[in-house]
Amino acid sequence: MAAKTRFKDADMQAIIGWVLRTGVILSVSVVIIGGVVYIYRHGSEAPDHRHFVTQPSFVQLNGIIQGIFDFHGRSIIQAGIILLIATPILRIIFSALGFVLEKDRLYVFISLLVLLIIFLSSMSGHIG
Amino acid sequence: MSVLVFTLIILIGSCFAGLVGSLTGLGGGFIIIPLLTIILGVDIHYAIGASLVSIIATSSGSAAAYVREGITNMRLGMFLEIATTVGAVCGAMLAMYIPTHMLAIILGTILIFSALLSLRKKAQQIIEHKSALAEKLKLNGSYPTPVGTVNYSISNVGGGFVVMLFAGLLSGLLGIGSGALKVLAMDSIMKVPFKVSTTTSNFMIGVTGAASAVVYLQRGYIDPGISMPVVIGVLAGAMAGSKILVNAKSSGWLRWFFVIVVLVLASQLIYNGLIGKI
Repeated sequence: MAAKTRFKDADMQAIIGWVLRTGVILSVSVVIIGGVVYIYRHGSEAPDHRHFVTQPSFVQLNGIIQGIFDFHGRSIIQAGIILLIATPILRIIFSALGFVLEKDRLYVFISLLVLLIIFLSSMSGHIG
Repeated sequence: MSVLVFTLIILIGSCFAGLVGSLTGLGGGFIIIPLLTIILGVDIHYAIGASLVSIIATSSGSAAAYVREGITNMRLGMFLEIATTVGAVCGAMLAMYIPTHMLAIILGTILIFSALLSLRKKAQQIIEHKSALAEKLKLNGSYPTPVGTVNYSISNVGGGFVVMLFAGLLSGLLGIGSGALKVLAMDSIMKVPFKVSTTTSNFMIGVTGAASAVVYLQRGYIDPGISMPVVIGVLAGAMAGSKILVNAKSSGWLRWFFVIVVLVLASQLIYNGLIGKI
């Protein structure tokens, strides 16, 4: 029993390692592509990041997809960043599944609790 | 200054930040915030947002390697992530209401503490007495070493949990990984072996960062123009740093040099915060 459990833990470690690695490579590649497009289109303009300004709609959550179709570099970058933020969240989902396979109820619950906290946090913008 | 020059400056600075962060063990986010705010005059909220994104990248990248080696205690990490994410969400919400110069002063102070903590001697400790709560939560673990598998137990789970709440709060408030505090909590309170505590802390930083990053994203504090060079630069610098660490065994003087760099940056932050320039 103990040997079998350890075997499954090792499987889970391999999968989680793969998820994290792929997530980082994929998202940073998207960020780099977006960066190239952004610099190509706006490289010679003057930046203003001294003060907080309302972001253009194509980098806001519901405008990103449209922004990518319109070939906005910043929309592509933002999509890459969202992928990056999603990577550790995906890791929790995969560990929850792994704990389900191991029949470790306590840690299924703990993984789901952490997911719930992040989900509630991502909803906070709509309330506050 | 054009967007191109601005981006290149951030890219080079972030590369340096990632390098220093990985060599000192402080994490790249730490150095990038003073750089963006003091030297380039970026609003500190944007700087924190960009830093958060970069720590997710570096911690996930290195966690991928550590997890596969089987050193990371995943159950301990998952359990403590309850505390760090709750703390992170509170910290991120709080950051929206704290004036920027106060954020700078708090960040400078934490930065000094963490730099000094990183110089601390690391004593390896293995305890075997059983704590009932750690047993119940299946937190006790083992890790592979060249001389065989080492089993270890964990003590004072409650105390560690409380410190993790605080570590999460700082992470959400300031956009740092607060790895130094996480390691300290696991080492000195929970008696986790050093190798396990550093990798497990690293494992948790990504999730903690994601919990606060969603708040910053919603409020529009993650700016693609700033985050792009920061993420690329910090990741490249951190990767270079880990190569150097593998090759150079005695990086003692290097550590000291960078700790002094960090102390100078931190005092700049506090000074600028006090005179209200940030």
